[in-house]
Amino acid sequence: MVTLKELSTQELFGPGHRMCTGCGPATMARITMKALQKPAIVVNATGCLEVASTIYPDTAWKVPWVHTLFENTAAVASGIEASLRKEGKADAVDIVAFGGDGGTFDIGLQALSGALERKHDFTYICYDNEAYMNTGIQRSGATPYGAATTTTPAGSKIPGKTDAKKDLIGICVAHGVEFAATASIAFWNDYITKVRRATAVKGPTVIHVLAPCPLGWRFETSQTIKLAKLAVQTRYFPLYEVENGNYKLSMKIPKPTPLEEFLKPQGRFRHLFAPQFAKDLEELKRQVESNWNRVARLCGEIPSQTPPSPSQPAG
Amino acid sequence: MTKTISQKIIGMNGDEAVAFAAKQAQVDVVAAYPITPQTIIVERFSDYVANGEVDTQYVCVESEHSALSACVGSSLAGSRVFTATSSQGLALMHEVLYLASGLRTPIVMAVANRALSAPINIHNDHSDMMGSRDCGWIQIYAENAQESYDWTLQAFRIAEDHKVSLPVTVNLDGFTISHAMEGVSVLEEDEVTRFLGRRTPMYKLDIAKPMTFGALTLPDYYSEFKQQQVEAMKNAPPVITSVANEFNRISGRQYSNLSGFNMSDADAAVVCMGSVAGTARTVATKLRKQGKRVGVLKVWQYRPFPTQEVARALSKVKSVGVIDRAVSFGAPYGALCSDIASTKVLTGIQTKIFNVICGLGGRDIKPADIEGIFERALRHAEGAPIDDPLTLLGVRP
Amino acid sequence: MSAEEEKPGWGSLPIGAVLLTPGAAERNKTGTWQLKRPMLDEKKCTNCLICWIYCPEPAIARGAKTIQFAYDYCKGCGICATECPTKAITMMEES
Repeated sequence: MVTLKELSTQELFGPGHRMCTGCGPATMARITMKALQKPAIVVNATGCLEVASTIYPDTAWKVPWVHTLFENTAAVASGIEASLRKEGKADAVDIVAFGGDGGTFDIGLQALSGALERKHDFTYICYDNEAYMNTGIQRSGATPYGAATTTTPAGSKIPGKTDAKKDLIGICVAHGVEFAATASIAFWNDYITKVRRATAVKGPTVIHVLAPCPLGWRFETSQTIKLAKLAVQTRYFPLYEVENGNYKLSMKIPKPTPLEEFLKPQGRFRHLFAPQFAKDLEELKRQVESNWNRVARLCGEIPSQTPPSPSQPAG
Repeated sequence: MTKTISQKIIGMNGDEAVAFAAKQAQVDVVAAYPITPQTIIVERFSDYVANGEVDTQYVCVESEHSALSACVGSSLAGSRVFTATSSQGLALMHEVLYLASGLRTPIVMAVANRALSAPINIHNDHSDMMGSRDCGWIQIYAENAQESYDWTLQAFRIAEDHKVSLPVTVNLDGFTISHAMEGVSVLEEDEVTRFLGRRTPMYKLDIAKPMTFGALTLPDYYSEFKQQQVEAMKNAPPVITSVANEFNRISGRQYSNLSGFNMSDADAAVVCMGSVAGTARTVATKLRKQGKRVGVLKVWQYRPFPTQEVARALSKVKSVGVIDRAVSFGAPYGALCSDIASTKVLTGIQTKIFNVICGLGGRDIKPADIEGIFERALRHAEGAPIDDPLTLLGVRP
Repeated sequence: MSAEEEKPGWGSLPIGAVLLTPGAAERNKTGTWQLKRPMLDEKKCTNCLICWIYCPEPAIARGAKTIQFAYDYCKGCGICATECPTKAITMMEES
């Protein structure tokens, strides 16, 4: 448990950056830097956070920071960690890698897999705004069913993305990591606790944090945190952690808020409320429920005799 | 005049010689990924690691793209780093090559040159490195295992020099050099340590002094950083020469950007890179005995291209056959011949030029082939017109 | 001299586009982005710091008794007003 007053006032991710008004990933970066308890080296994938925070000659960062390419963040972090190990400085420094959902779920997955398998000591934080936002809102492996993006537009025939969201944490857990967790920027205490837990591990750890995007999700800029909260409260984005393969639910949500309250404020889901896509809205609801049940079952919250639903997408 | 230089001779193939040099250079981090015909480099190095002969962090990455990416990360963290690849691996790393030179990270990478797919072919030609020749790396071509060892050592000095700060590839012909054993003269460990010293990075990822690497530059700044790279390439040849002179003092072997054989009074010459130079010299020696005035110009330092030095070497040469070991599809000449032709345009030398592309996909370049090139060059030197400016040698119709 | 020519040239810029000044972005006053700006009713503020932790910039400074907006950086997103538990923050239109 952390109190806000005990957090440092030092802004290692400082103002003057060009992230959008109300940007979820910007808040994510700020909170992450406040959670860190050791000096950090940050490795950043190509994407919104990197581009908007380091437009030459400006940089919002007050820590050693490197951006190289889109898909190699975990490989670059591996190289830095090897250097620190050679110098005997690896324990004194936190290596934190930031990648968006595009740069992690899709193009960055190979490098992440390699780094996890080799057990480099670093924490990989995937900030998930559920699409390739920096290039203008294209669908990624993290985009949910039914969401409209520019490459999965909601037309008259097709209701946005027709594939489900990849289970990133499941993939990471399959690599035998000591700690992996989901988080939401709305639950700062839970997120900070998880970042601290992750960085304390001597080995690779992964956090998958939901960070809404006002421009890409098409909602009013003041609603970012509210939506990051609703995502959890509707069971759309379960908060849980996995420690050496043991799943634990961070927030139980016994009485979930109806999913519509999360969907309605977002332009990317507006089409689901048209009559012709009613069954797609039902499908999204079914997937959210099925995913929740999957996670809850893994966390031991519901008995495993409950038969699993036919298709089990994840989030 | 020369001091007694204490060197052991060890039977090693080109790959082993490169690994041995990297060991003596006491690299901090090696990123390893296998691909024929470079694999022996990383395998041999891993033996050194397993036997505690080096204090190197050895990272078995999951692809060549990650190999070079890890090297960039390590180099930015201040380490001396090394990796090796060939062919498809080099092609996969393509964007990372530009990243490394743009970020000005000293890295030494050995490339055991192998043909690019398709069709897949694991044998020697230069299409891999030529496919990335504009990437901003310094590119050296070794002729044999000895040169592979010698150039790998020098490469660390060249790359890490603050006036240069560019990554360097040492190219060695796949199988022909990489897998062929020679007696390689190696320096004493402490001689290498004195020669190379420790790396002192200009800028690095350091918690004591936070810096931002890899910022986005808009049109108002990008060009200035490219100009810096151009300047670094201009700074490289004098650094290469001074490192070579120092290396000569400790080894007795003198390197430079070019190597001329019987060039001073040659009417005709072959210009080439890599292992074929050896065959060319043997043929040239035979033709000289017949009274033919022929020479061989071997290019060591391909990038930056030593335009003025090439012009000086060819100033009295009437005709040259330029050997390229890769096709530049759709282009009037192969890569090396293109640079020779540009040299002619820029410096006004009158040498007649023709291009012979041969040795693709590991096809043997026989002495008779080279003799044919010399004979052609001699005919052109006497005034015969160049009907075939570009030939793919020995292709069955 | 044009604006382009006033910028530093290749000879004076650190190589490889490395940025040596941490937090140099602070010179970029993103407060010019505001369409609305937050106003604090100090009587209602309990100094809970919820607005401070969620601000994306940050454009909120902590004080002993209450918070202060850094209007130089505030982009006017309104997250602080939405999240404030005592409704102490109102978003006012720029006049």
